[in-house]
Amino acid sequence: MAIEVRIPTILRTYTDGQKAVDAQGDNLAGLIADLEANHPGIRERLIDGEDLRRFVNVYINDEDVRFIGGLEAPLSDGDQVTVLPAVAGG
Amino acid sequence: MLTIDQATYDAIVAHARRDHPDEACGVVAGPEGSDRPERFIEMVNAAGSPTFYEFDSTELLRLYRDMDARDEEPVVIYHSHTATEAYPSRTDIGLAQEPNAHYVLVSTREHGNNEGPVEFRSYRITDGEVTEEEVTVVPTPSREEAPTRSTD
Repeated sequence: MAIEVRIPTILRTYTDGQKAVDAQGDNLAGLIADLEANHPGIRERLIDGEDLRRFVNVYINDEDVRFIGGLEAPLSDGDQVTVLPAVAGG
Repeated sequence: MLTIDQATYDAIVAHARRDHPDEACGVVAGPEGSDRPERFIEMVNAAGSPTFYEFDSTELLRLYRDMDARDEEPVVIYHSHTATEAYPSRTDIGLAQEPNAHYVLVSTREHGNNEGPVEFRSYRITDGEVTEEEVTVVPTPSREEAPTRSTD
């Protein structure tokens, strides 16, 4: 099951500069585990403890995963996952 | 150094004035690798706050998809401070996640919504380190090349 994952500039150090990589998983947690296996260190940048980091946004197709189950959000073949750091500050 | 044209500079200042006392925020996109801020895009401050800003997550996705389709990147990421100087706060530094961007800060603390000089300063923020840089404002290019405000 191939899912394209779009990688933001700041995380491309983990993907040899690639803007997008393929990964697999039945849900987002599984996908991130698969990403970590191929791009060690990337999990830590996405997850803090047991949950997604507050200032990293992850989308499945057009949906922010926070609204569709977070790490449990289901994935199907052909979905596109996009990771974007929040643009925020004080 | 940040080189920015007068129209874009004015648009950032106008946005900051209009949204005062809340923080205003947005992006100026440009061709990837060009370091030229060309396409001015106001963003909604989803936090709607005088002390915090955050791009709305749905708008953020749309923005990046749009830039991707045009082979652009965020050359400038701007926001305003409405009660303090135009210098990155600890939060700004901690959350800066675009290593190639010029982080522009505008302070409206002096004149609020009114006309009058504003502080307009630019920084690089990488790995928690802030480096201020010179801002050079150049005349706006001819109409064909002038930045247009995004309509979506």
